[in-house]
Amino acid sequence: MSVVSMTVNGKPVTGEVEGRTLLVDFLRNNLSLTGTHVGCDTSQCGACVVHMDGKAVKSCTTLALQAEGASVTTIEGLAKDGELHPVQKAFKENHGLQCGFCTPGMIMTAVDMIERMPNLDEKTVRAELEGNICRCTGYHNIVKSVLAAADEMQR
Amino acid sequence: MSETGIGKSVRRKEDQRFITGKGRYTDDINRPGQTHAYFLRSPHAHARINSIDLTAAKAAPGVVEIFTGADIERDGLGGLICGWTVHSKDGSPMKQGAHPILALDTVRYVGDHVAMIIAETYLAAKSAAELIDVDYEVLDASPSVATAQEAGAPQVHPEAPNNTSFDWELGNKAETEAALKAAAHVITLDLTNNRLIPNAMEPRAAIGDFDSGTGEYTLWTTSQNPHVARLVLSAFVGVAPEHKLRVIAPDVGGGFGSKIFIYAEETACAWASAKIKRPIKWVADRSEAFLSDAHGRDHVSHAELALAADGTFLGLRVKTKANLGAYLSTFSASVPTYLYGTLLSGQYNFPAVYVEVDGIFTHTAPVDAYRGAGRPEATYLVERILEIAAREIGMDPVELRRKNFIRTFPHQTPVIMNYDIGDYDAALDKALDLVDYAGFPARKAEARARGKRRGIGFSSYIEACGLAPSAAVGSLGAGVGLWESAEVQVAPTGKVEVFTGSHSHGQGHETTFAQLVCERLGVPFDDVEIIHGDTGRVQFGMGTYGSRSGAVGMSAISQALDKIEAKAKKIAAHLMEAAVEDIQLKDSVFTIAGTDKTLPWAELSLAAYTAHGFPRGEIEPGLKENAFYDPLNFTFPSGCHICEVEIDPETGTTKIANFVAVDDFGIIINPMIVEGQVHGGIAQGIGQALLEGCHYDETGQLITGSFMDYCMPRADDMPSFKLGFTKTDCPSNPMGMKGCGEAGAIASPPAVINAVTDALGIREIEMPATPARIWAALAANPIAAD
Repeated sequence: MSVVSMTVNGKPVTGEVEGRTLLVDFLRNNLSLTGTHVGCDTSQCGACVVHMDGKAVKSCTTLALQAEGASVTTIEGLAKDGELHPVQKAFKENHGLQCGFCTPGMIMTAVDMIERMPNLDEKTVRAELEGNICRCTGYHNIVKSVLAAADEMQR
Repeated sequence: MSETGIGKSVRRKEDQRFITGKGRYTDDINRPGQTHAYFLRSPHAHARINSIDLTAAKAAPGVVEIFTGADIERDGLGGLICGWTVHSKDGSPMKQGAHPILALDTVRYVGDHVAMIIAETYLAAKSAAELIDVDYEVLDASPSVATAQEAGAPQVHPEAPNNTSFDWELGNKAETEAALKAAAHVITLDLTNNRLIPNAMEPRAAIGDFDSGTGEYTLWTTSQNPHVARLVLSAFVGVAPEHKLRVIAPDVGGGFGSKIFIYAEETACAWASAKIKRPIKWVADRSEAFLSDAHGRDHVSHAELALAADGTFLGLRVKTKANLGAYLSTFSASVPTYLYGTLLSGQYNFPAVYVEVDGIFTHTAPVDAYRGAGRPEATYLVERILEIAAREIGMDPVELRRKNFIRTFPHQTPVIMNYDIGDYDAALDKALDLVDYAGFPARKAEARARGKRRGIGFSSYIEACGLAPSAAVGSLGAGVGLWESAEVQVAPTGKVEVFTGSHSHGQGHETTFAQLVCERLGVPFDDVEIIHGDTGRVQFGMGTYGSRSGAVGMSAISQALDKIEAKAKKIAAHLMEAAVEDIQLKDSVFTIAGTDKTLPWAELSLAAYTAHGFPRGEIEPGLKENAFYDPLNFTFPSGCHICEVEIDPETGTTKIANFVAVDDFGIIINPMIVEGQVHGGIAQGIGQALLEGCHYDETGQLITGSFMDYCMPRADDMPSFKLGFTKTDCPSNPMGMKGCGEAGAIASPPAVINAVTDALGIREIEMPATPARIWAALAANPIAAD
């Protein structure tokens, strides 16, 4: 077992992990942050996306020890002072979710996408969502949500 | 109309928890002292188990206990069951072998359950599984539905000779044969409905927790119908007495049918938790989901369509081989029979239809209901053969549809169904308008100028959902009734709790069901709570599948609300000293007709519980009512989907250039949510048509066992969809509603394939129409490739 320390959603945390412990398991099991989900075992579905030092990463393919010293943001850390992030608001307003399981990963990917890329259009959003699978929405309203949030955030 | 009533796109109540990471799915729940289970699965499609040596595994670090099929058999548990019995032509019931929870002496598909390893951690359980020494005698397998009935094919169950569970028929055989003989045109078609893997994004999971103090079992599980799970586990498997078993389906991350069924894993978790006296959690990884979730579709059919010289349909004869997999899953026998053969009349006047279906065992994962369940297979067959007929007799496919549309209702088909209402011309007209059919030749020419092949395809679908009434489904072989229950409880403060037997795993019931309450009682939206998915809180329920929650589940709530309203008016009449007939309820205020006297909702609800001065024997205290609602008929949603594709002949890739869906769902409670259901269904249908295909090799190994190999629809595979609605109110339930959950998946595959074949100028192509298949089709058809 090794000790790992990082900042998660603005709070310093420390925990004991095995070398093989994944970041997602550390978040879910050690920190009880169960908003980050595991939907596959091949790094394809993106339900586990979190931000590490400001970049979207798949926490199912990141070792907890790789996050040593990093600043990690999960879906639980996105709303500030009880105020939903514009992307969260847009997903609700545009019915960008149904069962909700892929949603945390979708939202974290969308935030990263919007922050990286000005002037998003539908084609770019669809291409950027390549690493996130949703089985409920047909993506129609997810794309709409991301474009609406981008519009709001870049206004 | 209130802003939160019927017909409004109210934003969803449940979203707050999902967008903030506060959803509570089964894997998010942990119990004190919890252990973790891992299932050792068969690596062979067919093998005899000579022995299982657990010695090394039991000694591995962290291992608590390991169970095999022998332990479960010793405890006297029954096997898993199929809750629907169909009969063969000779009247004999379907044949089936035992379906043990953990394998006994034989494994019958890759992923079949061999042993349950319980350990302090998931990784310890998984590591210990590698130390189990199973002596397998590997046998030849029959993984293909096309060949499993051949002489000499390896047999799945000795109880089912020729791997045939049933040979079922429906319709008028002699009339159909006569129609085929007399026809000016007979169009024949061989087609495959490709096998699919449902892949809800949340993998299946379970926590079994036995309380040795009370003797009660609690099972958290990813279920679409927790009461049905409780019934099966108690009455048939014998895990626990029904009153000592509580099944909770918390937030469930999608189902699409695959979470209807009662599987080995949750059964074992509940049972074993009493053996080890500790809670046991099991969560599938995606690879296990691919191997062991019930798959969908997998039909091979031969069809013959008889037409008069002018295109009038005279008859349809169909012979289908349906794959059941290695065991009969919970509702598997109903899917290729009563959910399939009954829809082969489509939207059309057919004097004669005859269908034969062989239900066939193979050494593959069980096959059961997946979004649409039988109806996509029927629609694909009807709409493909119709399209081919139009091309071969030289009629516009739109005109051939119009020529044969049913226009008077109710309409009795030759295959059981009595369509209650519909307007198929209206949907077709609207879809043609939305797609701009008149402009298609210009778009095709413009695409051609860019080197692309553009095609258009239609699908005028009908489906039957909200299966009912119970007497009818019982006569067809269902082991359950298909009603729904609801309780409405008004608290003393006027807040309303609705306990529903429907289960939401993405459908937004917490919102739409609350809209019904707002509409009826006028109470604020935030004062209504919808409770579901817990046998400890909800009286009973048949759950959510077959697009039944609106038409059946909400009708039950509506019926309970009728009773609430009646009792509330009785109390109001007493309090306001008026006749019951003169009491009116509007916007949560009771009034007396012709006076200005009023009584607010919350005052009445408080009075219902204080009960001061209620006339004894006339008014009971309290305000809580329940209902069990059994509908009059199935509901018959219908519509028209039109797809335009553009194919790049250089690469064989298909782009969906335009997708229009016009649906008739009767009364719509929340248009935003209904549109979302349609979007999702279409995506699964486009997935089936262009991307998804489950493949087993000749030895029965699953070769599409991960998201790397099985092509799930991604955002850039999908277009934005153009939706429209027409409306004929359903006369078979008080809500006027039809089901909307499956229509997209039912309607869309033939629209896509009709468009692809139109673009390429070819008669047929198999689903999924991958770039490789399209490229090969072009290579084989130089004219089309030209």
